[in-house]
Amino acid sequence: MAVQALHNKAKTGETKRKRVQSPWRLSLQRFMRNRLAVAGFFTLLVIIFVTVAAPLFTPYNPTAINIMNTNLPPSAAHPLGTDGSGYDNLARLLYGGRVDLTVAVAAALMTMLIGVIYGGISGFFGGWIDNLMMRFVDVMLNFPFIPFILALEAIFNTSGELILITVVSLTAWPGPARFMRGIFLQLREQDYVLGAVTIGASKWRIIFRHMLPNTISSLAVLVSMSVAGYVGLDAGLTFLGLGLPLTVPSWGGMLSQASNYIDMRTEPYSWIPPALMIILTILSVNFIGDGLRDAFDPQART
Amino acid sequence: MSVGAPESFEKLQTVQPLLEVRNIKKYFPITGGVLRRTIGHVKAVDDVSFTLNEGETLGLVGESGCGKSTLGRVIMRIYEPTEGTLTINGQEISHLKGEALRKLRHQFQMVFQDPYSSLNPRMSVGSLIAEPLLVNRRGSRAQIQEQVESLLAIVGLSPEARVRYPHEFSGGQRQRIAIARALALRPKLIVADEAVSALDVSIQAQILNLLADLRKEFGLSYVFISHNLAVVKHVSDRVAVMYLGRLVELAPKSKLYTQPLHPYTQALLSAAPEPKRHVARERIVLMGDVPSPAKPPSGCAFHTRCPQVMDVCRSLRPELKEHTPGQYVACHIYS
Repeated sequence: MAVQALHNKAKTGETKRKRVQSPWRLSLQRFMRNRLAVAGFFTLLVIIFVTVAAPLFTPYNPTAINIMNTNLPPSAAHPLGTDGSGYDNLARLLYGGRVDLTVAVAAALMTMLIGVIYGGISGFFGGWIDNLMMRFVDVMLNFPFIPFILALEAIFNTSGELILITVVSLTAWPGPARFMRGIFLQLREQDYVLGAVTIGASKWRIIFRHMLPNTISSLAVLVSMSVAGYVGLDAGLTFLGLGLPLTVPSWGGMLSQASNYIDMRTEPYSWIPPALMIILTILSVNFIGDGLRDAFDPQART
Repeated sequence: MSVGAPESFEKLQTVQPLLEVRNIKKYFPITGGVLRRTIGHVKAVDDVSFTLNEGETLGLVGESGCGKSTLGRVIMRIYEPTEGTLTINGQEISHLKGEALRKLRHQFQMVFQDPYSSLNPRMSVGSLIAEPLLVNRRGSRAQIQEQVESLLAIVGLSPEARVRYPHEFSGGQRQRIAIARALALRPKLIVADEAVSALDVSIQAQILNLLADLRKEFGLSYVFISHNLAVVKHVSDRVAVMYLGRLVELAPKSKLYTQPLHPYTQALLSAAPEPKRHVARERIVLMGDVPSPAKPPSGCAFHTRCPQVMDVCRSLRPELKEHTPGQYVACHIYS
């Protein structure tokens, strides 16, 4: 009798609440509560806005050389002055962001895509496939990639955004691939994945319906950390003269051009802004990444 | 089935068991070294045989690590057995793969231990319960929706639960969702692997009663895996006791709990708390730990801890034999 009463209670009660809380909505709520992540998000929005809407802020063409106006100090006409080639620094800074962000985001998405596919196959199938694929990753991880970039640029006889994206994607994917393999190995043993096997779900259904959606939190972290890393990497490569040519406006290029003793001391307005932009971008993307990781964590319950 | 006429009525009844497990072994390789060579095996399930009749519940008890969960997963064909045959409803499934196996899976379903991890957190309850129907093409979208609602009603959840997500439910409710999902394909056999162990005691009773009701209503058979002797006693018709990957005793519930034969079963039962007060009882305390299933002892696996160990136990592995009608035991004392 008592048991029957309990039974009935379970039937009627408890399930009443007003709004359906889908995992997505919950994640959004958790993200919005993370102040640092939200601040990072808005900072990044501002950076994206000023770079995309660059023509609104400066009348100058970032690729137009004006030999009459080289090395000007800041003025009303040139708020950040001009550099040794007569480029307007503000225009270079704003338009340069477009290139840096595009390259970083595109490379991050590419490495993620390769990483998910490669690591997913490796982790899902396991066994000798996994073994073979991971040994190749080991080789790639130890690949000296700066000579590789030089070689690729020599082979294609060009440099620029596209080649930079390709080069970064081709050299940086092993890290994400190994990371994703770990995630898939873990997911493969999850009860709900085994449960999907027992109801007769196909491999593809299990991968796309049960495993991939549960890698979202890892993917978010992966992409944001990669974007942050690649902004730095682009700048670094360009600084070394291996990335973008100096005709293309970029933050790394601006640093590179100002990187002589005299300019560093006498023209701080030419290199401090791009350095700040790089730091701000990396920081805000990292904060967003942290926020996303916490927001998507299915273990978190509120 | 066999040659010749059935000799007795009892034989006739057991002609076609729903589930037949014959000499099942599941060894997991241990790899080591740079080349990942196999340097040994964990003998998780080592030569287990039993049958389960339609409508019957078989309890499977044993300590943690004795291989009962592995056996359950072999029966569910999550794992492929290393050796032996597995027959469900007359079809041998021990080594089937891919499509052939998928087509048969609807006959046997599983309820997992932890309802917090057995339900995909990113799917709504409605799509979780609809999934098995969808995967097996059981009707149109509308028909499936109808079935989902009736399944929710069967397990005692309101139809509004459909649009909600697993994290919004309590443990007991989640286990109801998991049961609805397992029931969706109208299986003949359900393997319940510690299905109530993760729940509060008060909720355990609800779920056990639900399982009992469903058994009557749908003519289900259960393999009920648990370490809880009282729970197994409550739900089972027959009980199998496992030790280190082997069956040591298999008997009807009434016999196993009143006159256990195997020294291990006796020790296990004596260790269980007695609900009646003032009932004096001799406790058999086993010495030592369970040996590693990677290096099981020679002869009888239990000989290292058995209070009644004999010389023969160390060298010869006892077989599971019928001692009294229906009661099987693997022990040299009785041979």
